[in-house]
Amino acid sequence: MQIYLPIAEVSVNAFLLLGLGGIVGILSGIFGVGGGFLITPLLFFVGIPPAVAVATSANQIVASSFSALLAHLKRKTVDLKMGTVLLAGGLIGSAIGVVVFNYLKALGQVDLLVRLCYVVFLGVIGALMLVESLRAIRRARRAGGPLKKRKQRNWVHALPFKMRFRVSGLYISVIPPMLVGLAVGLLAAIMGVGGGFIMVPAMIYILGMPTKVVVGTSLFQIIFVAAFTTLLHAITNHTVDLPLAVFLLVGGVIGAQIGTGIGVKLKAEHLRVLLALLVLLVCGKIALELLLQPSELYSIAEEGANA
Amino acid sequence: MIRAALLLLFLLLPLRGVSAETEQVVLGLSHSRVAITARFDGSDILVFGAVKRETPIPDDRLDVIIAIVGPSHPTTVRRKSRLFGIWINTAAVEVDSAPAFYAVATSGPLGTVLSDTEDLRHRISIRRAIRSVGAPSELGDAQDFTRALIRIKQNDGSYQLLEGAVEVDQQTLFRTSIALPSNLTEGNYATRIFLTRNGAVVSHFETVIDVRKVGLERFLFNLAREQALAYGLLSLAIAIAAGWLASTAFRLLRNS
Repeated sequence: MQIYLPIAEVSVNAFLLLGLGGIVGILSGIFGVGGGFLITPLLFFVGIPPAVAVATSANQIVASSFSALLAHLKRKTVDLKMGTVLLAGGLIGSAIGVVVFNYLKALGQVDLLVRLCYVVFLGVIGALMLVESLRAIRRARRAGGPLKKRKQRNWVHALPFKMRFRVSGLYISVIPPMLVGLAVGLLAAIMGVGGGFIMVPAMIYILGMPTKVVVGTSLFQIIFVAAFTTLLHAITNHTVDLPLAVFLLVGGVIGAQIGTGIGVKLKAEHLRVLLALLVLLVCGKIALELLLQPSELYSIAEEGANA
Repeated sequence: MIRAALLLLFLLLPLRGVSAETEQVVLGLSHSRVAITARFDGSDILVFGAVKRETPIPDDRLDVIIAIVGPSHPTTVRRKSRLFGIWINTAAVEVDSAPAFYAVATSGPLGTVLSDTEDLRHRISIRRAIRSVGAPSELGDAQDFTRALIRIKQNDGSYQLLEGAVEVDQQTLFRTSIALPSNLTEGNYATRIFLTRNGAVVSHFETVIDVRKVGLERFLFNLAREQALAYGLLSLAIAIAAGWLASTAFRLLRNS
């Protein structure tokens, strides 16, 4: 069934959109990532103009993240207090990020910088997570008993303004989560994504939060960032395509529910290995695009087509 | 004597004007409006017509060229090249005006039915329909960029050259069918018909196909433009509602 999208001005298959939304929704539910770094390239591939793809996927992320968050809230795997602290840092970070982004845009080559950012961050985070989680699995197998607890005390615990995060089982200073939120918000605004794939590892390795709580808390934070992005795009660029968003999010919210179910059954170490592999996969794809000679050296961008 | 000659010339001028248009196009379109609805999936336009003339049919072969031009926009063409081992955009050319859609259907090979000078005057071939004067002078190969634009647009079906697609019957009746793709942009699509003999245009006719979004498509498009905040909030509300609905539905499913 073909459907014509009024803002994107293309006609695409509705079931294809449902499927895309579904796949990204499942991943979102399992890993607590918004899926922005996955759905946007997929939409380009279907033929949606980049500006519309970026804006609309932000809206779709709100839906699938909200759906997944509700499932996590029911299981009490969301640290709302920690989420709020992270969000506060995140909003400050994204405000700075937007300024930085516009500055880079004026310099040109912002597209290249975004891609390099992706390769570097995805590569480093993916590799670190993969090594750490594989080691954890091996250790668990060798011991045969319960997994040894990760070192809980590091520099993070030596700072002032301590606060008790009951759900995460932490008693730490608010400064590290604020800084993590700020850094993620900054990167998210520059890279145009929710930032889940940076947030999740940061919460696990820097803040020492339990993996099960991390996913729900990350989703909580992503919803606000994505909603903010959607509104910004809708007001300034008029590039949110509502019918496109509806088809993606119908697939997405269903996928997110299935994904949350899968995520609960998986072991924490396995979850981390899978997320690491996914991150490395996307990193590899972007790196290849930069390194290999493209089949078409030229690209066109119509101006005023949406004005 | 001179006055008489001038008078004769003045009398002849309008006559010559008429003789140039002894053949006129009478045109029919299967539809002069294309409505883009939510289920829009491209549209075939049947262009047909007849040649009206009061003089006997000339001996030369009559050819017909039909061109449909979509709305034009300035377009940037970028080229990638290798720098420090990675492929990045290094050069860009601004094409002043490139149509979003362009289809040319002819009754024979374009090179034979239309001479170069006539092509230049009427901007009929795809190459001529694109206007690019502002190419930076330091780029000696600005032509490559226009060629790349045409190649990319031809590959995705936005530019079509349909040589031999116009059927001409008895030098009088002609018809062709042009497929408008599903990724159609809104606007006025100028439809031009040229009659040529020996590569020269003997008559031409122009009309407009109106391509408009209607119904829900129209409503959403306008809302996004005019009530951007409301539209954005509506998008978010739908997203939140859908997320809640799915979560509730799945809970009920699991509990039952």
